[in-house]
Amino acid sequence: MSGVRVLVGTRKGAFILTSDAKRERWDISGPHFAGWEMYHLKGSPAEPNRLYASQSSGWFGQIIQRSDDGGKTWHQPGTPPGEPTTAPDGSPKGESNKFAYDTSPETGKPLTTHQWYDGTPHPWEFKRVWHLEPSLTDPDIVYAGVEDAALFRSTDGGQNWQELSGLRGHGSGPAWAPGAGGMCLHTILFDPSNPNRIFIAISSAGAFRTDDAGKTWRPINHGLHSLYIPNPTAEVGHCVHRIAMHRSRPEVLYMQKHWDVMRSDDAGDSWHEISGNLPTDFGFVIDVHAHEPDTIYVVPIKSDSEHFPPDGKLRVYRSRTGGNEWEALTKGLPQSDCYVNVLRDAMAVDTLDKCGVYFGTTGGQVYVSANGGDRWAPIVRDLPAVVSVEVQTLP
Amino acid sequence: MIRVTLPPHLRKLAQVDGEVTLDVEGQVTQRTVLDAIEARYPMLRGTIRDHVTQRRRALVRFFACEQDLSHEPPDAPLPDAIATGAEPFMIVGAMAGG
Repeated sequence: MSGVRVLVGTRKGAFILTSDAKRERWDISGPHFAGWEMYHLKGSPAEPNRLYASQSSGWFGQIIQRSDDGGKTWHQPGTPPGEPTTAPDGSPKGESNKFAYDTSPETGKPLTTHQWYDGTPHPWEFKRVWHLEPSLTDPDIVYAGVEDAALFRSTDGGQNWQELSGLRGHGSGPAWAPGAGGMCLHTILFDPSNPNRIFIAISSAGAFRTDDAGKTWRPINHGLHSLYIPNPTAEVGHCVHRIAMHRSRPEVLYMQKHWDVMRSDDAGDSWHEISGNLPTDFGFVIDVHAHEPDTIYVVPIKSDSEHFPPDGKLRVYRSRTGGNEWEALTKGLPQSDCYVNVLRDAMAVDTLDKCGVYFGTTGGQVYVSANGGDRWAPIVRDLPAVVSVEVQTLP
Repeated sequence: MIRVTLPPHLRKLAQVDGEVTLDVEGQVTQRTVLDAIEARYPMLRGTIRDHVTQRRRALVRFFACEQDLSHEPPDAPLPDAIATGAEPFMIVGAMAGG
């Protein structure tokens, strides 16, 4: 019987929630990596028992963890304890938590500064991995979006990481600036129909696309309008919070921006607003129904300074028309005195016949709807603040 | 034999309980002790000092013999009591809440 495995990253550890296809009774495993910030966990589409996790700490930095058995056991995919740290030829073995920016003149061009909050140049400094995106076809290939914004790739199961430096080096890097959460690369989307095309998004630089497998990149922000930057229609500088696509229609992208919900029908070449009748168009998450490419979900948040739902009512909004016309989904969600946030990586959908929708809150709740959003129920209520939610649909 | 104490998070990563004991060749300094730790426990590389710059991470402190050695040069000899194993070299997470 099929089922689902929900991977939850929180401020103080990771949790794995499993259920059969009914999604009514849940087994809770965790906390894994207790006490660490778990920004993101994600399974390989090619090998579901291969999981990657980003474990980090302000004290001890970045760790990458890997599981090859669906989260029962974990290890750091670098050099195992007791083994020499260098290969017989003297070269260092894998250091799975080493994210070194490419500074070589040939490929790194060497980029040394981006913009700080006050507009002054600031050195590029690695802080943490925000998002891990395993390849659609090879479980040993995985991409990492990091703060300060850059894209890294491992082709050996997370042992070694190399920067795809064409992104930072494409020209606008020195003008990128951090958002309130840091200058993070938080969205990585592969085009299932074109292995050379990848979309990424950075707060606060905007969205970018490569059509040559990561060698070169270009900003895809035409149509975005951001009043909080000097030139509201600038090529870069937009605070994109999240982008989503349906795998059957990869040229259509949906975006939750700092303010505004946006849509592109041409792979990001141009965007138009689809906020429509939303009570507020500020928010972080956006996702697409697994079987209905025009059905999308957002969680409106009051404003950029008041990170909680309007009127203390936690409402998911669904559009069945690809935007503009939205309905509030409230059954099973708290409709008074609710002041949690839903962070950008904290919504996911499964691919069961009746599409399941999941999201986590900064109050530690993880909610599921097993019927596309019509009715919601908490899987857990009292976790640490939830940073990320991913779901795997298991055979 | 050098004795080293690690903070709980790093003990868990290294899969060790209690103190770690290490052989350090040559002069006993912060750098040679950390080199020995990272050689024995490669999963700790990057957690105590930065991979690239080799500088101590900002919220990690080094104490020994009731002294704060965090700001000593990495190649300065550590006290004899550390070198002889009479006292442990303590790697501590800074008290910063959380």
